[in-house]
Amino acid sequence: MLTLDRVTKTFRTGTFSGSSVTAVDRVSFTVGRGEVVTLLGESGSGKSTLGRMILGLTPVTAGSLTLGGEPVRSGREYYRRVQGIFQDPFSCFNPVFKADRVFALVKEAYYPRVSAADWRGRVERAVRDVRLDPGQVLNKYPHQLSGGQLQRLLIARALLLDGLEFLVADEITSMLDASTRVDVLNLLGDLRERGLGVLYITHDLALGTYLAEQTVVLRGGRITERGATEKVFGNPMHPYTRHLLAAVPRLGVDWVDAEPVGSCVFHDAGAEGELHEAEPDHFVACAQLPGCPGH
Amino acid sequence: MNAMPPLGEPASEPVATAQPASDAGPPLASGAAEPSAPLSPTRETLHYALRNPKLLIGLAVVLVLLLTGLFGPLLLDGPDPNAYSGAQAVGPSGEHWFGTTTFGQDVFAQFVYGLRATFLVGVIGGGIAAVIAMLVGFFAGYRGGVLDEVLTMLTNIVLVIPSLAVLLIVNAYLGVRSVPVQGLFIGLTSWPWAARAIRAQTFSLRTRDFVDLARLSGSRTWKIIFREIAPNMSSYLFMTFILLFGGSILIASSLDFIGLGPTDSVSLGLMLQSAQQWSALQLGLWWWFVPPGVGITAVVGALYVANVGLDEVFNPKLRES
Amino acid sequence: MTLTVDDLRVHYRTLRGDVRALDGVSFFVDDGEILGLVGESGCGKTTLGKSLIRMDGRMRHVGGTVTLDGDDVPVGDDRAMNAFRFRRISLVPQYSMSAMNPTRRIGRMIRELLASRGASVDTAELHRRLALVGLKPEVLDRYPIELSGGMKQRTVMVISTLLDPSLLVADEVTSALDVSNQKAVAHALVGLRDQGLVTSMVFITHDLALTSHIADTIMVMYAGLLAEKAPANILTSAPRHPYTRRLLAALPEAGVRRSEGRLSGIEGSPPSLLSPPAGCRFRDRCPLADDRCAEQPPVVEVAPRHHVACWKV
Repeated sequence: MLTLDRVTKTFRTGTFSGSSVTAVDRVSFTVGRGEVVTLLGESGSGKSTLGRMILGLTPVTAGSLTLGGEPVRSGREYYRRVQGIFQDPFSCFNPVFKADRVFALVKEAYYPRVSAADWRGRVERAVRDVRLDPGQVLNKYPHQLSGGQLQRLLIARALLLDGLEFLVADEITSMLDASTRVDVLNLLGDLRERGLGVLYITHDLALGTYLAEQTVVLRGGRITERGATEKVFGNPMHPYTRHLLAAVPRLGVDWVDAEPVGSCVFHDAGAEGELHEAEPDHFVACAQLPGCPGH
Repeated sequence: MNAMPPLGEPASEPVATAQPASDAGPPLASGAAEPSAPLSPTRETLHYALRNPKLLIGLAVVLVLLLTGLFGPLLLDGPDPNAYSGAQAVGPSGEHWFGTTTFGQDVFAQFVYGLRATFLVGVIGGGIAAVIAMLVGFFAGYRGGVLDEVLTMLTNIVLVIPSLAVLLIVNAYLGVRSVPVQGLFIGLTSWPWAARAIRAQTFSLRTRDFVDLARLSGSRTWKIIFREIAPNMSSYLFMTFILLFGGSILIASSLDFIGLGPTDSVSLGLMLQSAQQWSALQLGLWWWFVPPGVGITAVVGALYVANVGLDEVFNPKLRES
Repeated sequence: MTLTVDDLRVHYRTLRGDVRALDGVSFFVDDGEILGLVGESGCGKTTLGKSLIRMDGRMRHVGGTVTLDGDDVPVGDDRAMNAFRFRRISLVPQYSMSAMNPTRRIGRMIRELLASRGASVDTAELHRRLALVGLKPEVLDRYPIELSGGMKQRTVMVISTLLDPSLLVADEVTSALDVSNQKAVAHALVGLRDQGLVTSMVFITHDLALTSHIADTIMVMYAGLLAEKAPANILTSAPRHPYTRRLLAALPEAGVRRSEGRLSGIEGSPPSLLSPPAGCRFRDRCPLADDRCAEQPPVVEVAPRHHVACWKV
């Protein structure tokens, strides 16, 4: 449904200088209806830029980004179908207004004819859908609510749009406490059952595997490995993925050092291999692997 | 959005639980405990405003002078403050509260009309400058890119032109007859620093996620600027206006004093100028130049003191608690 | 025993009254011990860390004592604390970038810092310490902006421990870093302790899994109070407090899929610390709570070095 084809983003570094930085480099993958795809990357990998491009908040430099065959653009009609939730719930709410103003903005833009009482009913239903008590969270200022409550309100906001097809969730759990984190993830999982496609952007491997059918590992703007989640995590092929997995602290498991990467291209981005299908539904970009173009 | 930082992840360092607001600071009451509901931002600001001596004293002085300017003229006998109404060069008395000039004009009458002119030039000059500064600052800061570059260049050009010199030339050639015209010229030249400050603030606010969320709600640029960004810097805008207001009064007084003030009017600066011209200091007519001097100093000084107070009210870090 | 904290109470002054961020916390840290301090936002862990080094303007020392190597630490007296700061208690802050002067090369900054404390720089020793955390001596000629986040964090760790303090407080030092940097910083912290450059350490974090790899003992805090304190392997494998158990159960592990078993978080949120309810503070969210919990549970040593504040153990 959402299709990325060689999507590229370059930023100019200076006003009048000709130099530029490539933040996202020829990224291709698709997200189907009712599918959760995890986009995994460290800071500077370009994962948030990719999310912003899908949301039409940052223009695409090259390549094509289509939703149901139509190119991505910004604007009211597009946002009826695609919505986003961001990392910092405290920054998503304008501190000078009450938190439920985010719902009022949706009504103003998309449902101006709905009566106030009817709208209130819809808001309360959406708020209950994200397991919040309307009496406790409506009519409050953002600083009176917890991060988990605010993040759920944002999910409720997206639920108010009947035509919603796709959701970009950018690091939505990283500011939350461990005890509420998994609840928010479960809500995202429930959205899938409504037929929504979800792109879950994260740096946290443990959280990334929990929901997603597919995982895309991004490094320096390029895909290093992607495929079915159990394949990427069960049989990581790219040295970078292995390195990441080894660095994740796990309860009750000793921290192992990643296997030596030797003369691997992982250390030399210039010699990066092309993405190729190493096994069914598992793509790797590593020139060291047999079968890779450039091996 | 061309001015996005490269690599495009302005705020996506994988910072975890520690939110600056609630982890490092005192844990705020969470929804459960109702009796201790936190104050709204407005009420909290008001709470500090009413307890800030600098703000209260500053505003009180300004208010007293404003009321004097507004209602003082009603206490006078005639409509013309420059009328020759009595004995020449007499000191303050029951009949002439502030004494009279060498020509027998009543200094108190001139003073209260002068206050009016002073406030008027502040409102017009400060108001025009504030409007220009906001338009330039908001759009340059929010849109970025080429628009930002053009507007910033314009701002810098106006900023480096010595505005007093321009005003001198304009006043000398065109001649300024009334206080509003003087205010207009001052407003047109004194906005650049404020535009730069507002641009910088807008620039930092526009990267906040609620701006993106408003875009995702289909809001257009002007709506985002005036309904999302501006309310967040209302305190800042208010302080900017106060500083522009005070600045306009000072510039107007300087122009008046060097003889380029409005020709058919009276102002505190013009009073100082004529006092100086007719050697009031040398003749010992202190009542002629002290009231306008004190008036200008009091208005501008009180505004600046109030501004420092406002800064403390709006900036939690400066609150003495 | 390096650090003993006895019934420490620290409140935040706010318009609405005092927030009891630390409401009577007692614990000790042994020589050579790394104590991992874990809890959710607002549990008081950051307040505790700040209290040990510098209280900010709104914090007030209400009661309790802190003892370091047998000496009383005047936590409530900002000026008297100067004798302890840096020399005996040192801090690695969360945002190391703001802890360094951007206009000074790092080597010069260190010289100036030490001079202000009346000490001089032993270059060979400095290089040895940098090597210990995996940094080359060249960083001394760099400006802070030229280093990556993880390198800055490790540089600040070296600077903080130059005077061999008894206690190092590391406040969320890994939370702004990528996983690969996290590991390097965590290893470097352990290295400082192993080399005896710091005697003991309090490692404040929200990340239980990470703490379990470097801490000897983990202390879990909840709503301004100690919930459970135990050796790291025991706390993660056989926790006693219901809060610790639920917290561990809510952590997804790499490889676990939702389709294989749905995890659940802890319903509800911690109580307001403006006027905390009587009794156990976890009561409202606790599946085991009963009438007994209306009374505040004392901290009991249920097994050697395993302390729990719960009636149900």
